[in-house]
Amino acid sequence: MTGDARKWLVIAETAEGRPVGVVYEALGLARSLAGAASGNVEACIVGDARPDTANDLIRHGADRVYALNSPGGGTEAWVADVVALIRESRPDAVSIGHTALGAELAPRLAFRLDSAVVTSCVDARFTDGRLQLTRPCYGGKAREVVSIRTAPTIFTIKPKSFEPCAADEARRGEIVARASVLDRSALRTKVREVRRNPDDDASLESAQVVVAGGGGMKGPQGFELARRIADLLRGAVGASRVACDLGWCPPSYQVGLSGKTIAPQLYIAIGISGAGQHMAGCGNARNIVAINSDRDAPIFRFARYGVVGDCHELMPALIERLEARTATRSTEPGAASGNSE
Amino acid sequence: MKIVVCIKEILDPDIPSTVFEVDEAANAVREGVALRYVISPFDAQAIELALRLRDKAGDSTISLITLGGDSARAIVKYGLALGADDAFMLIDDAFDGGDSHVTARALAAAIRKIGGADLVLTGRQAADRDAGVVGPGIAEVLDIPLVTFAADVATEGPLLVVERALGDRTEFVEVPMPALVTVSHEVGAVRHASLRETMKAARKPVTVWAPGDLGLADGDVGARGARVTLERLYVPVSDVACEFVVGDTPAQIAATLVDRLTAERLI
Repeated sequence: MTGDARKWLVIAETAEGRPVGVVYEALGLARSLAGAASGNVEACIVGDARPDTANDLIRHGADRVYALNSPGGGTEAWVADVVALIRESRPDAVSIGHTALGAELAPRLAFRLDSAVVTSCVDARFTDGRLQLTRPCYGGKAREVVSIRTAPTIFTIKPKSFEPCAADEARRGEIVARASVLDRSALRTKVREVRRNPDDDASLESAQVVVAGGGGMKGPQGFELARRIADLLRGAVGASRVACDLGWCPPSYQVGLSGKTIAPQLYIAIGISGAGQHMAGCGNARNIVAINSDRDAPIFRFARYGVVGDCHELMPALIERLEARTATRSTEPGAASGNSE
Repeated sequence: MKIVVCIKEILDPDIPSTVFEVDEAANAVREGVALRYVISPFDAQAIELALRLRDKAGDSTISLITLGGDSARAIVKYGLALGADDAFMLIDDAFDGGDSHVTARALAAAIRKIGGADLVLTGRQAADRDAGVVGPGIAEVLDIPLVTFAADVATEGPLLVVERALGDRTEFVEVPMPALVTVSHEVGAVRHASLRETMKAARKPVTVWAPGDLGLADGDVGARGARVTLERLYVPVSDVACEFVVGDTPAQIAATLVDRLTAERLI
């Protein structure tokens, strides 16, 4: 993708009728790179939408929203309709959030359109007229900057990597309803059943404070202490792959390359060494506090505050201090409910 | 059932970051004595899933296909020792420097050449570049159904029922065969090779193909066919200076830490 023609298409995945969070990041990125000129950022809703969803996308940066009337069916259903739209609308770049859906849809689009795809991007910018995409690789140990020689440039966005566009109530745009081109009888994949994972903590991805444990927790008891600290800070509990693999906590706690990607204000990493694959999931945390017995652990290279020591001694001390602090706050005027923040 | 498992030799993802270096002039990982090469863990789990299917369904063959250098013979040997029946290796200088697109096209051509498969398994992504494009790409090129992030697969007559591990939910998807399924780490531990299978592995057929054997021109594969240009490879540096909190007792350290975080309004 070269030159100044910069027409963008953002694939807007929805969950329960609302765009998933990374859609707003994709719109923010498209808006910032497409320039202020109106008319060049398009969005296409895939999935069920509420009546206001299209307008919501316009408020967050879209100039034109295609509402596909193509209910459900997974990427096999979406791919035909999105390919038809891309062939008609001819965007220079197509971006999708790197979710379970995006990770599957983007490569399929690329092969059907005989172009190429770059997945899980954490940065995108024009250099010498080329759209350069940055992504983590080698388990988070390295980053690569790549560009695509064919058109359109298709890429997925690693969640929590880009600033969303602030909502602007005054923004106006066009909403275009599109009928599905798909012959639904030709669908080969069929979802039989969906089971919610009862262990999944949706708040982990949105929490401002995350307390996470790794191999240094030494067992499930460590996670009980981490949970207590998290509760005192109104945060969520996360974990490294090691701790999940050892069964000390549910797999859904996992933060990292093959787990969740989070970007809290505060990340307290307890007994976590800070391997690349873990940092790939929490490297965008604003502030990291690391507690580890090994002073040379890589995690300290990313941490604002570090404590070298035995976390099993420190966690009870932290709990005691935080309990004292909470007790003091709840007796302060205006904080009767204990919700001091 | 005829099962094909696509495997890739990669730099061991578990080597410590201290021995991982990038030669920025060459845009490549600096070769060092401490580097180890292994089968991508998701691909090993794909072989495990294939073996479990064969254990249950019986009367199945498992073929391995890999695109890589001559050194990939080690992972082929490993897969054959686990119980795969034969292997096909795409080895040729012309394959060097390819991207996910040319790799998917070459692997799809190899699968066609062996007469297709009822089930093609790949890892959810190779644990070096972590792109996750080759599996879906093969499905598109072969025009067969795609199911990603499998934790388990079962057969029901002509159908495959795939359990997808998606974090907040588990999906059960049915597809007719032939199909391509990408395999996630939720498959769990990979078995150890038995002595008997290891002895047998040395006699199992391994076929080597160049682009011409697959009906591909040199320009369709490797660096010449690639569409993605690697502009830069680097190791990110953290510019955070860590302030170590010290104290005589855990209580003192905890107090200082909590006070700092409170003063910065982080808690």
